[in-house]
Amino acid sequence: MAVTLFLPTVLARLADSGTLRSEGDTVGEVVENIAGRYPDLAPRLRDEKGDPYAFVTFYLNDEDIRFTGSFRSPVKDGDELTIVPAIAGG
Amino acid sequence: MSTTASVTPELSNEEIFRYSRHLILPEVGLEGQKKLKRARVLLVGVGGLGSPAALYLAAAGVGTLGLVDFDVVDATNLQRQVLHGTSAIGKRKLDSARERIEDLNPNVKVEAHETPLTSRNALEIIGTYDLVVDGTDNFQTRYLVNDACVLLGKPNVYGSIYRFEGQASVFATAEAPCYRCLFREPPPPGLVPSCAEGGVLGVLPGIIGTIQTTEALKLILGIGESLAGRLLLVDALRMNFRTLNLRKDPECPACGTHEIKELIDYEEFCGVRQAAAADAAAQSAVPEITPAQLAARIARGDDFDLIDVREPHEWDIARIPGARLIPLGTVVEALPTLDSARDIVVHCKVGGRSAKAVQQLQASGFRKVWNLAGGITRWSDDVDPSVPKY
Ligand SMILES: [Zn+2]
Repeated sequence: MAVTLFLPTVLARLADSGTLRSEGDTVGEVVENIAGRYPDLAPRLRDEKGDPYAFVTFYLNDEDIRFTGSFRSPVKDGDELTIVPAIAGG
Repeated sequence: MSTTASVTPELSNEEIFRYSRHLILPEVGLEGQKKLKRARVLLVGVGGLGSPAALYLAAAGVGTLGLVDFDVVDATNLQRQVLHGTSAIGKRKLDSARERIEDLNPNVKVEAHETPLTSRNALEIIGTYDLVVDGTDNFQTRYLVNDACVLLGKPNVYGSIYRFEGQASVFATAEAPCYRCLFREPPPPGLVPSCAEGGVLGVLPGIIGTIQTTEALKLILGIGESLAGRLLLVDALRMNFRTLNLRKDPECPACGTHEIKELIDYEEFCGVRQAAAADAAAQSAVPEITPAQLAARIARGDDFDLIDVREPHEWDIARIPGARLIPLGTVVEALPTLDSARDIVVHCKVGGRSAKAVQQLQASGFRKVWNLAGGITRWSDDVDPSVPKY
């Protein structure tokens, strides 16, 4: 399945761009595909065990994946994965 | 929403004239304007986000504005903190804010809380207000504001910014999820740079702060659809606004399981104290040279290498003559170009990154390496004021 990933600028500088294409059957596979291509970005997306962090939220289309099976959530062709890290500036 | 004062305030003729553009909006009207006058709003932080919020809430006629801050106006604030002017540099932000608000709208009562918000005072301070606008700049205060608002049942109008991007939502209303439902835990200290470290487009807090203000006014007036249950993401570079659905997490320790029954130690929770201790230990473990000692070595014509580990855009702003730029992230690659037989002095902006570089060099067998204490900032203070500080 072909999925488009949207990264915030804070993470986009660790990849080629803020919009990336990836492949996989689940969110976890899509993320691993990107992690393999961008080693500097990888540790910002998931922990050493490959699990999501509590301070980086993944949205598959408009829904938080924690409520749909986390990294096991299945993806469809054309899905959009938006990565929302915690920021604190004010 | 319910407001704490029970008497309906009357509007004077001056107020009716002043608020006429509100009064002729059917969604606001006289009743709405009275609700605004009755409302008590607490702004936590009167910096980037709090500036536009304070100005527009005051202009709108919110009767009581509580302000929590303990900072002093600094010239670097003025690029975005539009509440404060050049004449306020060195003044307490609360004094500067009060003067500006009283000039903008003398009908507004300002309640100044000159203190950091802490686990000891948060419930007491927040408890007397109808809602909170979170304009803080650190994770520990954001979790503190969140938990206090959940415990007290007060809406928390959230906004947060970084570089060109912002987030906004309304947390902790009766139905809405809270900040912990979105981010269960904060990132480890140092992972996410602050605006002071990473920079921020000056107008961005203007965008996000006015969105927070809009949400606050809607909550007071009881109109429209609130951002509660949605997260707004703003990308100023692409000029893209997007909302995502937020759900209440049944396992959220604040609003789900209600495991959090009182305020906790947020510095501990965010790892702030531990990180500060580790940083201090790391910095004190590396050999240091002061700017004055470095200047003396340069004046003597000593033979040594001066390495600047900042980023190229910082190098463009200011540099110490004779330095060579090797950004921290590239120190390991540059090792073959360095001579471990020579003395090496490393510097950055204030000394933190260069301490890390010194440790990397030491780990690679370099023995004659010193960290410039206080970085180029202290160099400007102690040796050469013609070098700009940033
Ligand atoms: Zn919650």
